[in-house]
Amino acid sequence: MYQTTYVRASSLAEAANLLRDNPDAKLISGGQTLVPTLRQRLARASHLVDIVHLAELRGLTLEGDRVVIGATTTHAELAASDLVRQRIPGLAHLAGLIGDPPVRHLGTIGGSIANNDPAADYPAAVLALNAAVHTSRRTIGADDFFTGLFETALDPGEIVVRVSFPIPRRSAYEKFHQSASRFALVGVFVAVLADGSIRVAVTGAGPCVFRATSIESALARSFTAEAAESAAISADGLNSDIHGSAEFRAHLVPVLAARAVAQAR
Amino acid sequence: MAQINVKVNGRAVSKQVEDRTLLVEFLRETLGLTGTHVGCDTGQCGACVVHLDGRAVKSCTMIAAQASGSEITTIEGLAKGDELHPMQAAFHRHHALQCGFCTPGMIMTAVDLLRRIPHPDEATIRANLDGNLCRCTGYHNIVKAIAAVAESGAGV
Amino acid sequence: MAHDGIGARLPRKEDRRFITGAGNYTDDIVVRNAAHAEFVRSPHAHARILRIDVSAALRAPGVIGVLTGAELADDKVGGLICGWMIHSKDGSPMRAAPYAPLARDVVRYVGNPVAIVVAETKNEARDAAELVEVEYEELASVVDPAAAQAPGAPQIHAEAPGNTIYQWALGDKGAVDRAFAGAAHRVEVDLINNRLVPNAIEPRAATAIYDRAEGRFTLYTTSQNPHVTRLVLSAFVGLAPEHKLRVVAPDVGGGFWSKIFIYPEETVCLWAARRLGVPVKWAADRRESFLADAHGRDHVTHAEMAFDASHKIVGLRVKTIANLGAYMSTFSSSVPTYLYATLLSGQYDIPAIYAEVDAVYTNTTPVDAYRGAGRPEATYVVERLMDIAARRLRIDAAEIRRKNFIRSFPHQTPVIMNYDTGDYEASLNAALSAARYAEFPARRAEARSRGKLRGIGLSCYIEACGLAPSQAVGSLGGGVGLWESAEVRVNPVGTIEVLTGSHSHGQGHETTFAQLVAERFGVPTDQVSIIHGDTDKVQFGMGTYGSRSAAVGMSAVNKALERVEAKARRIAAHLMEAAESDVELKGGEFVVAGTDKKIAFANVALAAYTAHNLPPGTEPGLKEGAFYDPVNFTFPAGTYVCEVEVDPKTGAVEIVQFTAADDFGTIVNPMIVEGQVHGGLAQGIGQALLEGCRYDRDSGQLVTATFMDYAMPRARDLVSFNVSTTATPCKTNPLGIKGCGEAGAIGSPAAVINAIANAIGVERIEMPATAQRVWETCRAAQAAVAAQ
Repeated sequence: MYQTTYVRASSLAEAANLLRDNPDAKLISGGQTLVPTLRQRLARASHLVDIVHLAELRGLTLEGDRVVIGATTTHAELAASDLVRQRIPGLAHLAGLIGDPPVRHLGTIGGSIANNDPAADYPAAVLALNAAVHTSRRTIGADDFFTGLFETALDPGEIVVRVSFPIPRRSAYEKFHQSASRFALVGVFVAVLADGSIRVAVTGAGPCVFRATSIESALARSFTAEAAESAAISADGLNSDIHGSAEFRAHLVPVLAARAVAQAR
Repeated sequence: MAQINVKVNGRAVSKQVEDRTLLVEFLRETLGLTGTHVGCDTGQCGACVVHLDGRAVKSCTMIAAQASGSEITTIEGLAKGDELHPMQAAFHRHHALQCGFCTPGMIMTAVDLLRRIPHPDEATIRANLDGNLCRCTGYHNIVKAIAAVAESGAGV
Repeated sequence: MAHDGIGARLPRKEDRRFITGAGNYTDDIVVRNAAHAEFVRSPHAHARILRIDVSAALRAPGVIGVLTGAELADDKVGGLICGWMIHSKDGSPMRAAPYAPLARDVVRYVGNPVAIVVAETKNEARDAAELVEVEYEELASVVDPAAAQAPGAPQIHAEAPGNTIYQWALGDKGAVDRAFAGAAHRVEVDLINNRLVPNAIEPRAATAIYDRAEGRFTLYTTSQNPHVTRLVLSAFVGLAPEHKLRVVAPDVGGGFWSKIFIYPEETVCLWAARRLGVPVKWAADRRESFLADAHGRDHVTHAEMAFDASHKIVGLRVKTIANLGAYMSTFSSSVPTYLYATLLSGQYDIPAIYAEVDAVYTNTTPVDAYRGAGRPEATYVVERLMDIAARRLRIDAAEIRRKNFIRSFPHQTPVIMNYDTGDYEASLNAALSAARYAEFPARRAEARSRGKLRGIGLSCYIEACGLAPSQAVGSLGGGVGLWESAEVRVNPVGTIEVLTGSHSHGQGHETTFAQLVAERFGVPTDQVSIIHGDTDKVQFGMGTYGSRSAAVGMSAVNKALERVEAKARRIAAHLMEAAESDVELKGGEFVVAGTDKKIAFANVALAAYTAHNLPPGTEPGLKEGAFYDPVNFTFPAGTYVCEVEVDPKTGAVEIVQFTAADDFGTIVNPMIVEGQVHGGLAQGIGQALLEGCRYDRDSGQLVTATFMDYAMPRARDLVSFNVSTTATPCKTNPLGIKGCGEAGAIGSPAAVINAIANAIGVERIEMPATAQRVWETCRAAQAAVAAQ
C-alpha cells in the first residue's frame, strides 16, 4: 500500500469536506474491495476517510411501504435482518451470497453500490427493486444510478447515505458464481413490484448491471419459469473472459431468471 | 502516523504505526502475534481471520486504524490458559490440520460460525468456509471437527 | 505392543503449536536489524534488458541497497541447476541453458527477477522497487508448448534450437508397431494435462543472515529439503562451502513439491545478506507465488491403445510435449520422463509400450514437479484410454480393467518398472462395493427425473513411490542419490530423540516416526522427539517429496532402531547374565525367555551411559545412525470411483460421491493416511474441475495470477470422501510401507473426467471441466443426438 492518511470522520459534513479538499482522498466503509486494491497498489489514496462510525449512515427500518437501509449496513446485518427477510426475501438472500462470512461482516451496501463492480450482487437488487439511493446531496433513482463500468451517478464528494427499497410483492435472486472469486459470473434479480410491474436486473454479465427487458416482457405475459427461460438475451456487448464467454453468460441469464421466478416469494 | 488503541486478547494496547499498516501487520509485526497468517493479497484465503468485536474478519483486508477502539481476539487468545477452546481440541482430535498454516484462520472462522449458527448441517458448514482455503486436508476433517463441536454444544 | 505403535490412530503431537498460533514459520522468525527485500520482476514475457537505472531507488527512504545481475556476476555467484540429465533418443544430452538468479541481458517470463531492493521496512522496499527503471526491448514470446516447437517460433535460449530441450523415448517402438498392426481394436485420444499452480497456503519466504565473524551463512527458508538446498547453494551456486552454510526449514506451511526446488529469490537473499552486511528477510505475496513458484503438469499428449479380439491390451503408444517453462528448474527434466513414462503400464499387463516425450522451453514460469509429479499425467493418459475403450468396445468400465489387470508378481513392465506386489482386483472390488456401483443405474434414473445428468467414473491408478534406489537413479541420469538418513539418540533417562533427513510440512512425522519408536521400545510417543529440518542438527537428508518419507525415511529410522536394539539387548543380556539369544524385547522390557528376569528399556539406557557394567569391548552410550537406500520403488495402487451430477442448463458439476480404495501396504497411522488421501483428492478434483493456469497467448501475461482468477477448491466444491484401504505389504522395504502422500492427486482427475464424460455421454472433455466447457459439451452432445 502506498502512503496514506487515515481520518475517521466525525460527521457526514466533515467527510464531505475532506473529499472536497483532497481530490485523491477515498471514502472507506467496510473496505472489503478497497483495501485489497490498495494493498496490491492498483490504486492510491491520499486520505482514507472512514465513515463507518457515522450514526447517520446506520439503521435498517420500515418506513411505510419501504425498507430503508443505512449505507454502512453490512451484508451480514442485512442478510440476518428479520425485517428484510420478511419483506424482501430476495434481497436478504442476495446479501447472504456476497463474498464469505468475514467479508459480509465488514462489507457494506453503500460501499458496494458506490463501487459498482460489474460482478457485484447489490446493484442487481437496487435496479430490479427500483430502489432510491439517498446521498449527502439528493435522491437518485435506481435507473439513473448505475452508469457504467465502475461508474455511478455520484458526483465527486457525494456520499451514499441510505438506500430505500420499495417492498415488492415477490422477489428472488439467482447467482451463478465465478468459481475463483465467487463474485457473480451472472446474477439475476427478479422482482414483482407493488404495482405489479416486473423488473429483472442482471449483474456479472455486462460491463454494468442492466435490465433484461426481453425477460420482463415475457414475464409480464406469463410469470412462469418457462416464460423467463424462453426469452432470448443477446451476447452482444456482454463480458467475455477466462471464466465465461459472452455467449455463455447470455445463455445463463434466462436460465437463472427462470430459477429466480420459481423461487420468488 | 496513526494512533491505534485496541484491546487484543483482553490486553489494552496503544501504539503508533504508519497509517497504511494493515491490521494483520499490526498484529504480527507490532505485537508479535504471529499466529495470524497471511496467505494472499486479495482476501480469499482467510489465513488472517481474527475476531473483531466478536465477529470474524479478515485482518489483511482492514487497516489497523479502522480497528482502533475495538476488541480483537486472535488465535493466541482463544484458549483459556492451558485449556484449549473446544474448537481447537476438535481440530486436534479429528486431524483437521496438516501443515497448520490455514489453521488459525480456519479455527477463528469455525468458532464464529457456531456462534451464529449453533447447529449447522454439513452443507451449511461447507458454505461458511467459503472464505478459508486449505490446501492440505481437502476440508474433510475440518468439516468433521466443526460438526463434532456443534453436536457437543460446546461451540460458544 | 504399545497402544500408540504401528497402526494406532494417534492424534498428532505437533498439533498443539499450530492450533494455538504458536507455530514457527519462516516469516514468523524475528531477526534483529533485519532488512526487507522486494524483487523487481520483468513485466514482459520476453524482452532484452537495455538499461537498468537504480539511482532513484537508491535515494528512496530506508533503502540499504539495490542489486542486479551485474553485481551477481561480479561476485561470481553461479547459476541455478537442473539436477537430472536426460539424453535424447539420438544420444545427445539435454540442451540446458544457463539460469541466472537475476536476469542480466534477457528476461524470459513475466516475473523473471531482475533486481533486489533491500530496505529497512517492507513498505519502503516496495516503494523503492517501483523506482528501479528498467528499459526493455520487447521480443516475441511463446507460451504454448506445441507452438514453441513450430517453425518460426521465438527462440528463447540459444542453447536449445527450436526451443527443444530433449526428444526422449522409452520402450520398444518396433514391438508396439507390430502390436498395433495385428490389433483387433484401436482407440486414441488427444488430451491436455492442464498447467497448475501449487499454491501451498504459506507463500515462500526466506531470512538470510551472514555472520562476518565466522564467515558463515544461515538461511531460514520454506524448504522441503534443507540439505539439498545447502548442497546446491554450495556445490553449484558457490555461495559458501557446506560447513559455512546452515539451512533451516522450520515449520513449513505446505509444499506439494513447490518448496523442493532451489529458486532465485532465496539464493539472491543469501548473497545480498553478505554483500549488504545486513540480514535480509523476504516473503512472497500471493501474486509472487503465482509468478515465481514452479508450476506443475502442462502436457500435450496424443495416445493410442491397441486391443486384441478378447479386449486384452496389446500395445500402447504415447507422444507427449512437456512445457518446462523459461528455465529448467531443479528436477524438471525428470518429471515428464522417468516419473511419467515409466508408469504408463498402469495396473495392466501391457506387452508393448512406446513413449516419446519432447520437453520444450516457453516464455512461462519454470515448470517442475507438483504433487504426483508425472504420475498423475501417466494415470490420466491410461485411464482416459481405458474409459474410451470401454465405451467403444461396449463393455463395462470395470470389466475392461479387470480383464487387463496384472495378476502375478513380481511383474516386469516394458517401461523399466518391476512391480513387487499388489492386488488390483481387491481394491477395485472394495471401491465398487463402497460406491454401490451396481445400483448406479437407479441413481442415474432418479437424477434424470430432476433434470440432472448423473455419471460415474473409475480410475485404477498405480504410482511409484519410495524415491529411490540410488544406483538406479544414477544410471537414469539423476544427479543425487535418493537414500535417507536417520540417527536415534537414546538419552540416559530413556527418552529418545530421532534425527531424520525427512522433512515434515504437514505429513505428521513428529507423530508417525515416534510411533515407530513406540512400537519397538514401548516408549510412549510423548517421550520421543523427532528432529528435522536443520542442517546443523541433522547430518544429511534428501527431504520429503514423492511420498518417500515413510517408505524411505522411516526405513532409515527403523535401521537405526535395529542397531540401538541390538546394542541394548547385548547390554541387557550382560546385566541379566543371560545369553543374548535368550533375551527378548517385550512391551518396553528386555526379558529372559522362560524366566521372570527382566529389565526396563530405560534402565538399559541408563546402564549404557553410566558404563559401570558393560559387556567387554562395548562402548558407552546408546546412539546409532543409519543410511537406508531402497532396493526398489514401491507401488501404491488403488481404485477411485467418482460420481457426479451435471446440470446441463448451466454446466455446473457437483461431485455427489467420491470413493477411494487404496493399497498403501503397511499403515503406521490410519488417521494421518486418510488425511493424506483427502488432501490429494482435493487437489486432483481441483485439477479436474477448477484449476487451470492460463497465459495470454499474445502478450505472455499470466492471466490467473491471483485467487480471484485461479480457482482453488473450497469446502463447498468437495464432499466428504469415502476412503478405505486394502493391503499387500511392500516386499522391498522392512516395514512393508508403500507411501500415501500423492495417490489422491494421481488417481482422481481421471475418475472425475470419466464421470463427467459418462454423465454427458461423450468421449472427451478437457480439464478443468469448467461450467462453460461442460455446458458446451452438453450442447454439442444434444445437437449430435438431434442430428441422428
